[in-house]
Amino acid sequence: MTSISSVSAAFTGRDSGNRLYGPVPDVTEQAGYVEEHPERVGFFTDTSVCIGCKACEVACKEWNTLPMDDSHGVKDALGLSGMSYDNTGQLGANSWRHVAFIEQSRAVDLPMPTFGRPGDDRHDHGPSVAGSGDPDTTAKAQASVLNVEALSEFDPQTGQSGADKQVRWLMSSDVCKHCTHAGCLDVCPTGALFRTEFGTVVVQGDICNGCGYCVASCPYGVIDQRKDDGRVFKCTMCYDRLTDGLMPACATACPTQSIQFGDLDELQARADARLATLQDQGVETARLYGRDESDGVGGVGAFFLLLDEPEVYGLPPDPIVTTRDLPAMWRAAGKAALMMVGVAVTAIVGSRRPR
Amino acid sequence: MPGLGASFGRGGATNFLEDLSNSDCIVIEGSNMAECHPVGFQWVTEAKARGAKIVHIDPRFTRTSAIADLHVPLRMGTDIAFLGGLIKYVLDNDLYFKEYVVAYTNAAALVSEDFVDTEDLDGLFSGFDAETRMYDEDSWQYDPEESDHSGAEQPAEAAEQEQSDDHPDVKSSDRAQSSGSGGPTIPSKPKRDETLQHPRSVFQVLKRHYARYTPEMVSEVCGIEPEVFEQVAEWVTANSNRDRTTAWVYSVGWTQHSVGAQYIRTCSILQTLLGNIGRPGGGIMALRGHASIQGSTDIPTLYNLLPGYLPMPHAMQHGTLDEYVADAAGKAGFWGNKRSYMVSLLKAWWGDAATAENDFAFDYLPKINGDHSSYRTIADMIEGKVSGYFLVGENPTVGHPNGRMNRFGLANLDWMVVRDLQMIESATFWKEGPEHETGELAPETIGTEVFFMPAATHVEKEGTFTQTQRVLQWRHKAVEPPNDARSDLWFYYHLGRMLRERLADSTDPRDRPLLDLTWDYPVEGETQDPSAEAVLREINGVGADGRALSSYMQMKEDGSTSGGCWIYCGVYADEVNQAARRKPAAEQGAVASEWGWAWPLNRRMLYNRASADPEGKPWSERKKYVYWDEAAGEWTGADVPDFEKNKRPDYVPPDGAKAQDALAGTDPFVMQGDGKAWLYAPSGVVDGPLPTHYEPVESVVENHLYSVQANPTVERIPGPWNRENPSLSEVFPFQVTTYRITEHHTAGGMSRTLPYLAELQPEFFVEVSPELARLRGLANGEFATLVSARTAIEAKVLVTERMRPIRLGGGQVVHQIGMPYHWSYAGISTGDSANDLLGIALDPNTHIQEDKVSTADIVPGRRPRGPELLEFVEEYRRRAGVDSGRVGVNGRAPVDADAGEGSTL
Repeated sequence: MTSISSVSAAFTGRDSGNRLYGPVPDVTEQAGYVEEHPERVGFFTDTSVCIGCKACEVACKEWNTLPMDDSHGVKDALGLSGMSYDNTGQLGANSWRHVAFIEQSRAVDLPMPTFGRPGDDRHDHGPSVAGSGDPDTTAKAQASVLNVEALSEFDPQTGQSGADKQVRWLMSSDVCKHCTHAGCLDVCPTGALFRTEFGTVVVQGDICNGCGYCVASCPYGVIDQRKDDGRVFKCTMCYDRLTDGLMPACATACPTQSIQFGDLDELQARADARLATLQDQGVETARLYGRDESDGVGGVGAFFLLLDEPEVYGLPPDPIVTTRDLPAMWRAAGKAALMMVGVAVTAIVGSRRPR
Repeated sequence: MPGLGASFGRGGATNFLEDLSNSDCIVIEGSNMAECHPVGFQWVTEAKARGAKIVHIDPRFTRTSAIADLHVPLRMGTDIAFLGGLIKYVLDNDLYFKEYVVAYTNAAALVSEDFVDTEDLDGLFSGFDAETRMYDEDSWQYDPEESDHSGAEQPAEAAEQEQSDDHPDVKSSDRAQSSGSGGPTIPSKPKRDETLQHPRSVFQVLKRHYARYTPEMVSEVCGIEPEVFEQVAEWVTANSNRDRTTAWVYSVGWTQHSVGAQYIRTCSILQTLLGNIGRPGGGIMALRGHASIQGSTDIPTLYNLLPGYLPMPHAMQHGTLDEYVADAAGKAGFWGNKRSYMVSLLKAWWGDAATAENDFAFDYLPKINGDHSSYRTIADMIEGKVSGYFLVGENPTVGHPNGRMNRFGLANLDWMVVRDLQMIESATFWKEGPEHETGELAPETIGTEVFFMPAATHVEKEGTFTQTQRVLQWRHKAVEPPNDARSDLWFYYHLGRMLRERLADSTDPRDRPLLDLTWDYPVEGETQDPSAEAVLREINGVGADGRALSSYMQMKEDGSTSGGCWIYCGVYADEVNQAARRKPAAEQGAVASEWGWAWPLNRRMLYNRASADPEGKPWSERKKYVYWDEAAGEWTGADVPDFEKNKRPDYVPPDGAKAQDALAGTDPFVMQGDGKAWLYAPSGVVDGPLPTHYEPVESVVENHLYSVQANPTVERIPGPWNRENPSLSEVFPFQVTTYRITEHHTAGGMSRTLPYLAELQPEFFVEVSPELARLRGLANGEFATLVSARTAIEAKVLVTERMRPIRLGGGQVVHQIGMPYHWSYAGISTGDSANDLLGIALDPNTHIQEDKVSTADIVPGRRPRGPELLEFVEEYRRRAGVDSGRVGVNGRAPVDADAGEGSTL
């Protein structure tokens, strides 16, 4: 085991252990757990079977005693978000699980779904029509373009609504990704963030000084400061439960096994098999997100099976750990420093040169 | 659940949830299973993973639709038309399971010559009395066999009862409910035509009745494309045969209609024709509304039932025990042992005081003399006929339709006891609420004294839940309840104890029933909580030897056995609390017979004799379940056979056989008088032997089939506080449905008060389509006001394509509004109460309200406040031509506008 000083690696620019970027075979060992350590664990969230019950959100809050929080991150100011059934809005200091609800619809003959949340047209009420219906609008909305061939072409994962319209209601429970290269951990100056023996990333509230560097460094926008407190909070993958041999609260509460917890390599195998099954069934839009170890964060501990582009779910399509460029930055800074030293030396030496 | 009871003999789900994973096709209709039964939905998810087709039929696209292969957006209140169309499709295309239908159903039975169908009477069956708006069911009977095979002479008492059966006071007290366990009684076995060709055979009657239910008619009435209907029909029929099974799942989306029981009957007919009852992966899965609702009908909180679906004695019919059991004496099926069940119940309640000499204390039982159902009682309160009320785990001013009428009712009591976890709106109605804002109620005018008793939660007490598939599961107490909170058992035991102590010296004979009760449960712990296990053992029953009974077959009519609920007999077999068994799934078979205990006799799948063919062999290897083992001479298989274990498949009852001995070896529906599944119900359903399409009571669409618009026997509770929106009214042009969402629990007492749930759905909202939003100028996230003839309420608007307008064949467009009903003014998450908008119209079989479909208007903006609200609603009533007038003090009868009494309207 080599020294874990990232500074030396950065300076050398030869990050042979991929400590800042790229795949890492054993992130736990790399973090310094030299004795026999548990397998790296993670979440596989299969959104194709999520029913949006939000049991994960509630179980998480119950177990971790998080405060109530509305969709705008304001305590005790409840209000309907107007964004489908999502009144949580986003992951934050008080919401460590967040179920996104994405409504899509398309007429059956159109090749691509149209995106948009209800109410995108909220300032366009249109003229009020007297009587019991606007025949043109309704006819357009309802026009049947279906034939029997078309029915057989439906993506079996999407909810076909009637004959003329495909309505899809995507639901996905988001969570901290527990990255292989965790930007939050890399930039934390106090050591409040650390990698556990399970390979997860946890913040220690009693050490955090509230500097907020980690907030800016997370490529997913997960870790968040509590406004009245200043410290940062995020999913711990129920570190306290893991040490007692229990599953995280969210995975325990999930009724459809949309959230699966386990050894990461086993989850990856399961996810690959599930993806193959869905693709065999003709769900061409299915994909894994965060599964690829050569992506910008070296793969993640909490990865997903999605049914559409990541952007649709509010996830970055190509996340890159903010510390990836550290070596180059350090090199540039080093060069600049050397240059400045050189200039200074030259100046001093030069100034001492007798006239 | 008379829909299932009249069809199969027991009013419970025929299958169990885990069995859904064996289905090849699952149709979820009248249920939002993923949202309201998310834990049970895992078995649907599993079936889908195994390749099953999932169809969701619902006016709204919900979280269930999101997982389904196909969502069928049918117009609210048209399920009978849709299912009737499927029945016709199955009959026309010879897709029914012939051997099953001939052997196990009443398809071959001949119907009386006097029966006339709705198709010939423009929407009425024969026997309709226009004055009482009730049916005389005599003409619906079977054509009886010449020689009565059941052999018994009809006892004189039974003949007398038939005379009084038709008395409105008897009819209105709801005999349909009594088929919860045990089908309705029939006078005798019918003539049969095994070829099914006789014009009066049930099969031919059925064919004629549904002849008009073509895909085109379904499209016209339900507003769905014929292609979608064809797709459902294709999937369902392709997955219903010897090798494959289809399951149907419903819940309150079917029951809460003016023709609710008939919705379930239609499905029963279809699933029976397809041969899906009593077979793995098939069945009709009735999902109950919430925890232990099945239990609260098994050991009922209903006024007209005793435990185990024994009917409550009626004052006009049942003067003696002999009269009470007369209708069952000598009849075929297990209901023939009614006397044993009743005597055992009386022995459990009155012990040594119940003797053969005093008719086993039958006189101690209170008798009913009319309709005392929940909503009727509210109306009676307003009329000053009810003085006291116990409100236990219910929040009627929010959870019942027409919250306004409910509040007026409570305001006219002398006293009310509320036992709840939270200070719910029904406990605070006397000091706050919408009518206080309008000036119609005030603390000064309300005389009701409210006693609030904090209740223990389910983790703070022990006992059983009986869940949706009849499984009793024992709960242990995790913690002591806080402060003054106590279990229900504690409350009733100690209340009874105190009453008995006060009456101890009484010589008044009317106090004997209370003083003679067996009220000797051991108490435990600091709070003196009675032992729930002792109660469960009493329910199970005890034999002459003092040991717990293991089967209701052991119950005797001589008073030597006792048992508090005959269908629960066996839950304490071998002196072991069988409900507390928790053997993990991995250590037992897929049926999991050693997890908890299911009534009857731990049978998980009802009527499972039907999973084998008439000879007793499995219909197919793939759907093998319970079958006859010739070598062992017994029925065996994965489950406990729902059949006499040693009755041979070729058993033919001898002349004069009674009770179960009168059923043949090929009669799987053992609680029916004829052992058959009923395609046609000669009795047991008060609004017709066959389901037929009527529009909802409040509909914007004209009945396409008949000039009779709605169910002619629907129950109404007229009053100034329960005005009805006229159908086809331009004033109330939109259809409304109410429902629950995952984040909240029923009337909200257990969820609106909890931060973690309140924040997930923080406000009352309604869902509308973009088309309706454009039509009425509604904006997402803004307020809208909904108006009915009852009142007006406001809600935030969610505009979503998951709601859609329905275009009918004639060009009419029906807009539908979705309205979850969890909210009111108390708690963290608040809003107006959806149920205030609704009126009360009831299914005549069940007295269940039609709150799944009503009409309203919707306009942008917030509602008027204070007395202006009354004027606003009154203006709508005037335009709609609905009788109006002011409501008197505390909602009493309206007074003349000039009298100067009461509120302004």
